[in-house]
Amino acid sequence: MAKMTLAQLKALRDETKKDIDRRDTEGKDVMIVVGMGTCGIAAGAKDAISSFIDEIKEHDLTNVTIKQTGCMGLCHSEPTVDVKAPGMPDTIYGNVTAELAKEIIVKHVIGKELISKHVLDRPASDIMKEQN
Amino acid sequence: MAIVNIKINGLPVEVEEGTKILKAAKKAGVNIPVLCEHSDLEPWAACGICIVKVEGSPKLIRACATDVVEGQNYITHDPELQEVRRTVLELIISNHPLECLNCARNGVCELQNLAEDFCIREVPFESGVKDLPRDESTTSLVFDPRKCVNCGRCVQVCQQLQDVWALEFIGRGDETLMTAAGGALMSESPCIKCGQCSAHCPVGAIYEKDETKEFLKMIGSDKHVAVQIAPAVRVAIGEMFGMEPGEITTGKIYAALRRLGVDAVFDTNFAADLTIMEEGSELVERVTKGGILPQITSCCPAWTDYMEKYFSDMIPHFSTAKSPMMMQGAVTKTYYAEKMNIDPATIASVAIMPCTAKKYEISRDDNMQASGYNDVDLVLTTRELGRLIKSAGIDFVNLPDEKADSPIGAYAGAGTIFGVTGGVMEAAVRTAHKLVTGEEIKDVNITAVRGAENVKVGEVTLGDAKLKVAVAHGMANVRDIMNEVRAAKAAGQEPPYHFIEVMACKGGCIAGGGQPYGTNDVVRAKRTAGIYSDDEKSVVRCSHQNPEIIQIYKDYLGEPCSHKAHDLLHTKYQERPLYTK
Amino acid sequence: MAVKNFVLVCGGTACESTKGDEIFKALLKSATKHGIKDDVQIIKTGCFGFCEKGPIVKVLPEEEFYVEVTPEDAEDIIAETVVKGRTVERLAYKDASTKGSVSSEKIKFYQKQYRVVLRNCGLINPEDINEYIARDGYLALEKCLTGELTPDSVIEHLKVSGLRGRGGAGFPTWLKWNFSKNVTADQKYVVCNADEGDPGAYMDRSTCEGDPHSIIEAMAIAGFTCGADTGYIYIRAEYPLAIERLNIAIEQAKEAGLLGDNILGSDFSFNLEIRLGAGAFVCGEETALLASIEGKRGMPIPKPPFPAVKGLWGKPSIINNVETFANIPVILTKGGAWFKSIGTAGSPGTKVFALTGQIENSGLVEVPMGTTLRDIVFDIGGGIKNGRKFKAVQTGGPSGGVITEQFLDTPIDFDTLTSIGSMMGSGGMIVMSEDDCIVDVTKFYLEFCVEESCGKCSPCRIGTKKMHEILEKITSGKGEMDDIQKLKDIGKAMKTASLCGLGQTAANPVLSTLKYFEDEYLEHIQDGKCRAGSCKDLMQYKVVTEKCIGCTVCARKCPVNCIEGERKAPHFIVQEKCVKCGACYEACKFDAITIS
Repeated sequence: MAKMTLAQLKALRDETKKDIDRRDTEGKDVMIVVGMGTCGIAAGAKDAISSFIDEIKEHDLTNVTIKQTGCMGLCHSEPTVDVKAPGMPDTIYGNVTAELAKEIIVKHVIGKELISKHVLDRPASDIMKEQN
Repeated sequence: MAIVNIKINGLPVEVEEGTKILKAAKKAGVNIPVLCEHSDLEPWAACGICIVKVEGSPKLIRACATDVVEGQNYITHDPELQEVRRTVLELIISNHPLECLNCARNGVCELQNLAEDFCIREVPFESGVKDLPRDESTTSLVFDPRKCVNCGRCVQVCQQLQDVWALEFIGRGDETLMTAAGGALMSESPCIKCGQCSAHCPVGAIYEKDETKEFLKMIGSDKHVAVQIAPAVRVAIGEMFGMEPGEITTGKIYAALRRLGVDAVFDTNFAADLTIMEEGSELVERVTKGGILPQITSCCPAWTDYMEKYFSDMIPHFSTAKSPMMMQGAVTKTYYAEKMNIDPATIASVAIMPCTAKKYEISRDDNMQASGYNDVDLVLTTRELGRLIKSAGIDFVNLPDEKADSPIGAYAGAGTIFGVTGGVMEAAVRTAHKLVTGEEIKDVNITAVRGAENVKVGEVTLGDAKLKVAVAHGMANVRDIMNEVRAAKAAGQEPPYHFIEVMACKGGCIAGGGQPYGTNDVVRAKRTAGIYSDDEKSVVRCSHQNPEIIQIYKDYLGEPCSHKAHDLLHTKYQERPLYTK
Repeated sequence: MAVKNFVLVCGGTACESTKGDEIFKALLKSATKHGIKDDVQIIKTGCFGFCEKGPIVKVLPEEEFYVEVTPEDAEDIIAETVVKGRTVERLAYKDASTKGSVSSEKIKFYQKQYRVVLRNCGLINPEDINEYIARDGYLALEKCLTGELTPDSVIEHLKVSGLRGRGGAGFPTWLKWNFSKNVTADQKYVVCNADEGDPGAYMDRSTCEGDPHSIIEAMAIAGFTCGADTGYIYIRAEYPLAIERLNIAIEQAKEAGLLGDNILGSDFSFNLEIRLGAGAFVCGEETALLASIEGKRGMPIPKPPFPAVKGLWGKPSIINNVETFANIPVILTKGGAWFKSIGTAGSPGTKVFALTGQIENSGLVEVPMGTTLRDIVFDIGGGIKNGRKFKAVQTGGPSGGVITEQFLDTPIDFDTLTSIGSMMGSGGMIVMSEDDCIVDVTKFYLEFCVEESCGKCSPCRIGTKKMHEILEKITSGKGEMDDIQKLKDIGKAMKTASLCGLGQTAANPVLSTLKYFEDEYLEHIQDGKCRAGSCKDLMQYKVVTEKCIGCTVCARKCPVNCIEGERKAPHFIVQEKCVKCGACYEACKFDAITIS
């Protein structure tokens, strides 16, 4: 990224915000956000990520983005994964092992079925929206 | 400076802004107990004993480290404060070996005094004394880590006052340990043996290596024991017998030494005069014949050690003249021995020094055996001599004044001022004037180089020549001057100075690491005044006028810097590593 | 249009057989009927794990949890709950304590939280500056550079906000900044204290890992406000991921022109460097931290002068911890008054706690100041592990004290915690249950302090050690009655005569547990008993006379021959000789040996 001016920073902010809004309203893409704080990584978040990637390849999914983020606070159930998929409520899964990661792709993303046993919570983003 | 009005226990006191509560209380006649605080050092605030209250605040603050604030009333003593202080003291004592009887500080220990003041009769806590080995790796100092109370004085002295960085803390919490750098032995560290750590230690954790037994052995043998005393000893040793700092006790020391059984009593002041002849001539030679300038004094062994470790690029600048002690030793075993027809092998040469580094100096390299024997066999500090006199039951205070022995015992005033900062410079100028101009200097008092400032810079006129001089004392004050010289050298400029005097200890030898305990600026000032009054009282003020000096050149050495003088009285230097491990 | 509600229908085998599928269809039909088919998403889910009450229907976001639902109920669920937002009482699950499955209970985790500091943690990719910018990142800095905010108005916002330092002591941040701003100096510094060291605390680590740019932005603003062009982040080397993320963030900010010379083309320059600490606890103390940055041994020095006036290399330095900094960009974008409206009057804003110990849901929580401990422990934390009884919470780490059951409903802020003998500290919160021995836990904290005391001042260096020795004595059954007084004496000396905050507070765990649990100390000393059963030396093996048949097996197994008794008559253990090896316990076939 080149050094920005004030105007460019503003423009970039508007642009990126629109991107996010678009994602929210159209809900076209599947986004899997993996908590990659120290707690998450220590609990095996890296295994979960590779498992997601493998499984996405396996099923030739092209609309799934995998993203990392920091700790979501649910350290008792790391690794935690936030799954945003069209037609499904945004969901946080806890204790996501490599196996569960596969299951999430197959059942939640493809099969549109919640894996209730592993659902931890609604994501913090929802709470934030309500608060603001 | 603004004046601040405060109260100490309700009594109004006026002090300057920026005064610490501790000092303000002293002004009000109240002594707040301390252990780690020392007036030479920045407050370190470690021990927790000087706590006081500010009226209206529940917090206890440290009197040593806190500035007074206008209008505040400080409570220095009340039952709560005394109780907390007592507990802290009990904690400190519980980690300290109760070995007062065989301790170097027995009777002059600051912790012992506190324990007495607080009526400590038992310690409620279990002993936490650790089994740690004593460090006796240097020939000057002994470090007993078991006795260390972690007050931090020595570390601050070594790092801030002396800029040596041989001592530091390692470990954390209960494992915190004061030690030579990185846990090495003192001898493997950059230690310059100045002994300021031992002079500042409130307890007996660092002390001079005791060699009184060796001295008594010499006395008891059939050796001819010849003793020299350094300039600074005479204005300090009396303190160990209740005399005021600065009282001149030269004659009493001579008398005491004879009563201890010494065969010949000499004075290092004689050799100080000899040093001036050699070093002064060297300076004149360098100045008039385009030698390497500035010339830097070399009579302080701690400074020499420091230079060899930290500023070895300055070796060509160093005067090749040995220190007075080593010169005295060399002429004792040659000139004196010949003159008195004594086999030098049977002479035991002993030096009484205000310094711990001198114990190291006698064996620093083989130039210290110019006579073919150890030029000096044994060095005792002022403290050790004081103890010897006490143990011999000598009533020091009431001793009659005696004279030193000839032919190497007489001294000029110039020799005696070697004991204070600026003294070597002043003595050298007195003689250099004569050497350069052929005339005696009009006013022998060179006040420009006197005083307690860390660095003194001045200009001295020697006929047509003007000498730029600098005087530094306290090792930490040397770095800037040396860097100035280096910079000028690197830039190809004229040297900023012609002559530089350096003494490792603040105030000079009068505050050396081997002097009686309790040195501070007040004591320094009194000892300094004593030295200058000794100079003033001297009939002969200039080294080249000392009849015994004139004699030795006539009878034995020939000219200053002659071949013989070089063999006996000059030395060379070498770069030394900071760490040998 | 976004979906407003989700209706989750249990699709597990058990529920499927109890008409899950029919309910699904009925719900769809009703939604269509009410014309809200696009607003609501009806999903079949896996088993809720609560099959005895199936079929189950759950409505989000209302969190309605309906049990024993029939297809006929579908209409009401849609008409009442989804359309009008009301609960269908007849279907709602009644027993609150066991309501729903684990997942349902855990839902409370975020509900009582309020995320200001952690606003981006767990949402954005910390390694992508664009995501931070998208969430109003660098907006506050932008305002500073456009002139919308001036140094004075920044201070004013902070003053209005009432933000207090989150490092522990709670010093008003605006005052610190103002001191530094008002000192004239050729050089000033901004320092971020990321040397989090309390056992069990990792709020700052997570913030650095999850939202590094918020710290960078705040530090640049601090530089702008007080006139500093250089900043240091002091972080312990044990936090490799946080360091990596901060480094990436600094690089990205530099590339984007948000750090470095002439930020965003303005004449304001600010450079940031990371300094690694070796993990000494005392380096969290600000003067020790500054010494450590300067390359010296990390030891505190007396204050005043305060770092804001005379800090790093003798220059005025703003030093705040991670959480304090993380608050600042939001305060400046939303205004000081907004921040002031959160939390309590004396302690506005939120606080992040690291909830650990004997708690069901350990984790990182952020709540408004004034939230009660009960809310945090029982609602957010899900209560005590394994249904054990609550005993106390330790806040403020090794510098804090215990909070007992009687204070569970005290709203937590800086001042209330101090008034009940604990402290906020940096936000570690360790929950203890009846299984924890209070003396043993206190010993643990002391052990930490013994190791982490910098060793400079004697009250702390020796006091912690002696206290630890006494606690060691007590937990091994060798305590004496005057040990209690000794603990109190040392505690007082440490509290009043130690040089820095670490030493002054290191006795808190002892003093506070002595205050609330002195009986437990006395039990150890007088009765030789540890009620939690965690002090091994105080355990006793005893023979239950009624169960012992006198088979002599235990007596024969005992390695020290301390079990006596006639054959076929109940045996007994000579306690003085017992070495507590447990051989008798293992050997007895009649459960006649007990441990107490």
